Amino acid sequence: MGFRHKDIIALKDLNKEEIQLLLDTADSLSEINRRDIKKVPTLRGKTVINLFYEASTRTRTSFEIAAKRLSADAVNITASTSSVTKGETLSDTANNLLAMKPDIIVMRHSISGAHEYLAKRVSCSVINAGDGAHEHPSQGLLDMLTMRQKFGKLEGLKVAIVGDITHSRVARSDIYGLTTMGAHVFLAGPPTMMPIGIERLGNVTVCKDMREAVDQADVVMMLRIQLERQGKTLLPSMREYARYFGLNPAVLSLAKKDAIVMHPGPINRGVELSSVVADCDQSHVLKQVENGVAVRMAMLYHVCGGEPVE
Amino acid sequence: MNLLIKGGRVIDPSQGIDETMDILIADGVILELGKGLGAPEGYQVIDASGLLVTPGLIDMHVHLRDPGLEYKEDIATGSRAAAAGGFTSVACMPNTSPVIDNKAVASYVVNKAKSEALVNVFPVGAITKGSKGESLAEMGDLKEAGCVAVSDDGKPVCSTELMRRALEYAKGIGITVISHSEDLSLVGEGVMNEGFVSTELGLKGIPWAAEDIAVAREVYLAEFACAPIHIAHISTVGSARIIRNAKARGVKVTCETAPHYFTLTDEAVRGYNTDAKMNPPLRSDADVAAMKAGLADGTIDAIATDHAPHHLDEKDVEFNLALNGIVGLETSLPLSLKLVEEGVLDLKGLVSVMSCNPAKILGIDRGTLRAGAVADVTIIDPAKEWEVEAAKLESKSKNSPFIGWKMKGKAVYTVVKGQVVYQA
Repeated sequence: MGFRHKDIIALKDLNKEEIQLLLDTADSLSEINRRDIKKVPTLRGKTVINLFYEASTRTRTSFEIAAKRLSADAVNITASTSSVTKGETLSDTANNLLAMKPDIIVMRHSISGAHEYLAKRVSCSVINAGDGAHEHPSQGLLDMLTMRQKFGKLEGLKVAIVGDITHSRVARSDIYGLTTMGAHVFLAGPPTMMPIGIERLGNVTVCKDMREAVDQADVVMMLRIQLERQGKTLLPSMREYARYFGLNPAVLSLAKKDAIVMHPGPINRGVELSSVVADCDQSHVLKQVENGVAVRMAMLYHVCGGEPVE
Repeated sequence: MNLLIKGGRVIDPSQGIDETMDILIADGVILELGKGLGAPEGYQVIDASGLLVTPGLIDMHVHLRDPGLEYKEDIATGSRAAAAGGFTSVACMPNTSPVIDNKAVASYVVNKAKSEALVNVFPVGAITKGSKGESLAEMGDLKEAGCVAVSDDGKPVCSTELMRRALEYAKGIGITVISHSEDLSLVGEGVMNEGFVSTELGLKGIPWAAEDIAVAREVYLAEFACAPIHIAHISTVGSARIIRNAKARGVKVTCETAPHYFTLTDEAVRGYNTDAKMNPPLRSDADVAAMKAGLADGTIDAIATDHAPHHLDEKDVEFNLALNGIVGLETSLPLSLKLVEEGVLDLKGLVSVMSCNPAKILGIDRGTLRAGAVADVTIIDPAKEWEVEAAKLESKSKNSPFIGWKMKGKAVYTVVKGQVVYQA
């Protein structure tokens, strides 16, 4: 089957077959990234605009490389250099970009729902590179690809996600994707960072203690604490946060022997992950980054109407 | 113009009337209510058979945006929307530009309304100068200029001490204080009700406690100061409970809710619908049920729309950037009539909360069809089915979550001071 969506805005919108297709395609395309000449002509003549209203190094670079390896022309617009600072509305910006006939707009925006807004107003494809605290589908997909590569499947995996769930678009995309694929998500974090009704989002169990979540887990996903944002009222100190919700070797030892450690990055060493854990063999953080390129190639490929690869 | 409204089902709770009667109106005043009245020469006769005839409906909470924000609405267009919705009187909030916090601005509203408005416009003045919450506005002047209440609507008076003094001072003047009850520190950067939907949409939530805590404060202050207070747009289970308990122990508290709070929940926000963004935010099923229960048992005294026109440019944006509020004047009546169909209110109860009670709370000589009263009358076809269309709204702004809704019930004549100002 082909991919029936013009846009990829939320993993909530994708069914099992669609996620499977994206992961399979990413697996096939990942081979290109290991070649000497890392380029195929698949999307030659297509134009991808990376419209970033929020700072990002990893995701923006990853999308740009993904586009270029498929031979698409990629242009980057960041909020600080664009007319956004002149007060142009998203709708006007979108229409102006559209006048230049792009095929895909990849957008990151600080406001949840900005992509749904954009997608309703433009004829080209829209790919969500993160919207507010809503979703971050490419991250969810690369997380699942990393897990699938390690365990051969997603069904039945126990995945612990630890940290600031309230403000995390990664957590939401992971929850939707993993639930659809048959995994079970265990959440842990301070109650100030655990939103109402999160357990109803999917196959989710909320744990009081981080150790409960990590116990016998296949995957331990640590979320980034944003010191600048959450410092004020949600936590007494990073020190105390690290004590209860940081991953150190003792806590990690509760997980399955072959468990993997993941983190969407950038890591606050000594907060979410102790350095020992960040650099240990179980850490798949760089594998995630590597898979990010392949997953984003798959996303670009399929919104352009690409057929399943072999 | 003199009028005979013939054969309608007259519902006037102020006189305990619910029966088929005729109403004779001359020189803007109700002459007589009775059966089989004949029309003297030169009277226009309205055949109201099959229709409801009520004291003119009063919306005690609207934003006419005039002066200063006329691109959203002005006194003329807002009053046309009111008339089309069956309202003969509106009380307009002072968060204009400049704020209605002095005699000059209040007089501007009163005078402009006199020359341009189809319906009675009663301005509400500010509680504090500039609605900044720092010092009391000149309430005596405001009252003399025609203000029927004071409110810093749009924001709470954050200082509890200042609110206490406002209640005491207003009591001396004899003017109603209307509270916008909200604990701003709890609201923070919230943009919708805090609950499952906000979690799913990844939008920052506003907890119900932000309203309940503020309502509780107002109730205690009113109780302490032995002064009346009116709470605007309540939306939560807790607000209704706090006010119910306060009334039971004799606190002089009244309150209103809006049609959207007994019609919609935060589910309406899905799809990041900015026409479902307002303050207070749409809440849960339990809150909707509490609004109905509060109306049914008299805890909630009034239905007011919080008619809040905004330009498309202020709504057609990302959710967090959209301004709060929806237009309500033209959809309030059918949404409220639904409560009658559901058995929440009987027709007398409905007319009480949409006319008699608001008149009492504001202390205006309206809300009755008694002989000698100003002839403000609404004639309603409760069976008329229609669809809400943006292009047909009289309001300058079209920000309504009810666009496209099939409605039942409509004002077919709106009569202000004996003049038919709207006819469907």
